[in-house]
Amino acid sequence: MQVNGEFKPKIVAFCCNWCSYAGADLAGNNRLNYPAEVKIIRIPCSCRLNPMFILRAFQRGADGVILCGCHPGDCHYTTGNYYARRRMTLLFSMLDYLGIERERTRVEWVSAAEGAKFAATMNDFVQTVTKLGENRRLEDLRCKK
Amino acid sequence: MQEVKQKAIELLQSGKVQRVLGWKTGEFFYDLTPAVFETVEEIKKDFVFSPFCGANLSKYLIAESRKEGKIAAFLKPCDSYSFVQLLKEHRIVRENVHVVGVQCNGMCDIEAIKAQGVKGVTAVRQEGETLVCETLYGEKSVPYAAALSERCKTCKSKKIVLFDELLGENGEDDPDCGRFDLVSKLEAMTAEERFAFWQQELSRCIRCNACRNVCPACSCEKCVFDNDTLGTANKAAANSFEEQNFHIIRAFHVAGRCTDCGECSRVCPQHIPLHLLNRKFIKDTNELYGEYQAGADLETRPPLVDFTQDDCEPSVVYTRGGNGK
Amino acid sequence: MKKLPITELDSFLKSLNMPVYLPSDDPSGQAKFTRWAEGVQLTQQLNTVRSAKDLFFPQMENLVDFKVQDQKIEIIEHRNVSENFVIFGVRACDAAAFEILDRVFLSDPVDGYYKERRDHALIVTMACSAPEETCFCTAFGIDAADPKGDVTAWKTEDSFFFRANTGKGEKLIAGLADGDESAVQAQQAQTREILSKLPNGKLDLTGFDGAHMMEKFNDSRWKELSEACLGCGTCTFVCPTCQCYDVREFNTGDTIQRFRCWDSCMYSDFTKMSAGQPRPTQLERFRQRFMHKLVYFPDNNDGVYGCVGCGRCLQKCPIHMNIVKVAKTIGGEGNG
Repeated sequence: MQVNGEFKPKIVAFCCNWCSYAGADLAGNNRLNYPAEVKIIRIPCSCRLNPMFILRAFQRGADGVILCGCHPGDCHYTTGNYYARRRMTLLFSMLDYLGIERERTRVEWVSAAEGAKFAATMNDFVQTVTKLGENRRLEDLRCKK
Repeated sequence: MQEVKQKAIELLQSGKVQRVLGWKTGEFFYDLTPAVFETVEEIKKDFVFSPFCGANLSKYLIAESRKEGKIAAFLKPCDSYSFVQLLKEHRIVRENVHVVGVQCNGMCDIEAIKAQGVKGVTAVRQEGETLVCETLYGEKSVPYAAALSERCKTCKSKKIVLFDELLGENGEDDPDCGRFDLVSKLEAMTAEERFAFWQQELSRCIRCNACRNVCPACSCEKCVFDNDTLGTANKAAANSFEEQNFHIIRAFHVAGRCTDCGECSRVCPQHIPLHLLNRKFIKDTNELYGEYQAGADLETRPPLVDFTQDDCEPSVVYTRGGNGK
Repeated sequence: MKKLPITELDSFLKSLNMPVYLPSDDPSGQAKFTRWAEGVQLTQQLNTVRSAKDLFFPQMENLVDFKVQDQKIEIIEHRNVSENFVIFGVRACDAAAFEILDRVFLSDPVDGYYKERRDHALIVTMACSAPEETCFCTAFGIDAADPKGDVTAWKTEDSFFFRANTGKGEKLIAGLADGDESAVQAQQAQTREILSKLPNGKLDLTGFDGAHMMEKFNDSRWKELSEACLGCGTCTFVCPTCQCYDVREFNTGDTIQRFRCWDSCMYSDFTKMSAGQPRPTQLERFRQRFMHKLVYFPDNNDGVYGCVGCGRCLQKCPIHMNIVKVAKTIGGEGNG
């Protein structure tokens, strides 16, 4: 999205309900800044993230998609994020294989106590995606305004 | 090849099985159709086993093994991997299937023959290493190796993993078959080159769903791409996103379960090298989570329903393989 | 008869001053109708993988957009006015298929989207000189050595020969030099000799008509024929005469796009209604496809079959089940 001639990326952040969503909350409580371009979607567990969600986010205009979940070993459901970790690794690798910029996707483990990490992660991710520019390789022109 | 037909007759006559799953003759020598035979007469008339029996029969057993009575199935090495994988997923009723393993020297592909410039082929015969084709325009010869189906040129294994009886000798795995060479080549390209390559390939997709429907690993009762209520169904590829979406998800859904039988690429009417997507997942799981061959056994856990505490992080993707961007 | 040296095709196409579509090899080596531009070469292959119907009845097209703003709904219709264009190198079978599509789309109620393109098209057919064993156009009375269209073309070793069949066609080739017919006649004789030897060229279709509808419908052999069918849409999508489509909507976020796309009777959601799926198993779906082409269509269209014998389904079906096998299994005695 262009705002006043400047590119502002749209970022979708899928956050697990138990850790990362609470981490985002803590970032807010502590008045830590992170860009408004980040739209959070709460999911019950990082493992809930169907790969199609990521592709659909890109279709609907996202320029970057990030998944945040509990640290490995700390999953509320014991093992969910271990499975998510494998799935995302393979999916990201496949996106890379198809020539889609791999920096547009990321996984970060953020606990409920890591408000600062959440803000820092988002700042960094937004910066990375801003550098990449608009998502052109996995876009659906029908959804472009 | 007569041996296979004889075995089919024998199994039916002895009452050991009530039906036989095999291949049926067609109008030409190459257009063989998978078929279930119920009588000896039918087998005598139409049963055939030849280098054009490319179709993988295992998926038919999902439905056939749930019917009454026992069915004999002739499985080639590739088919046997799919069979074991389906068995592992509890999709086939084992007691109802009598597996006869048949060895395979690589299947031929009529389109490969035609790509050699041979038109109007009406019959073939093998003379040593040569295929002599009778055509509407006279006799033409092609080397047998050139008539081989693309997937058979990098055959991973001639081993029949599971069988109740075996015709001929069992074969071995071939770890040096070079099936990942093309994947490596793609990985070594720049992202721009890879993108261009796949755009060019996938843009030919007509969304006929043949790759999905033929795939022994794609055995969902209701596919996500047929689900109208989810908004995920899209009958025609409206643009490049839909093509990418379909093919990424199709390959992802069978990741860790794909035995690399190559049926997806065989059936693609547009010759899209779909197996290169599946092989990418196989290569990745092999490298990141240890060697794994789907369908090789009934016990091991497929990589995507398994984990270790010290698995690599997804960020590994940013640093490994190829020269990237 | 007009004549044009092969080397001058490019300058001829350029002189037409309108878009020209011709079968050309794509990077994967498959022939495909491509918009001509300098450097686009006419294929050496017999036919394209996808048929020429794409140019009149594309796989997907937007019909209308609904844009919602506040309390208002704006309706934006997509009826692009076509400019005249030429389809060059259509084979006899595909050209015959246009007539079948016309019966569907141009009969009342007329399909405006289709008609718009059809009216603006000029069809230059190309006679076959080397049919494949999968061809069986002769079974439908199609002469591949002398196809129809506005202009008929023959390609010999060094020249194209053109014959105009309509006024439109006359104008198109008016500027070319006259040529001698004997090369064409020699080629036709050769082609017809091959055509007479086509393995399925004499397919016997007696009994496939309205009078035998129920007999064919209730034939017990549909079961064995459909047994191996995967339910994919390959046969319907490569078919030059398949004309079923679905109308769907896509939500772009602020606009609803209503589009139509090809549908396949092989799919489980084909003609699905709120009451359910009228053809619950592959047997019924499979039967529908062939009953439509061989029985219902001729019954409604003066005996014209919904097949032109192009052989694409024979080449492309993953399990090699096709209209020839169906016709031979439940068809006339003459198929031996």
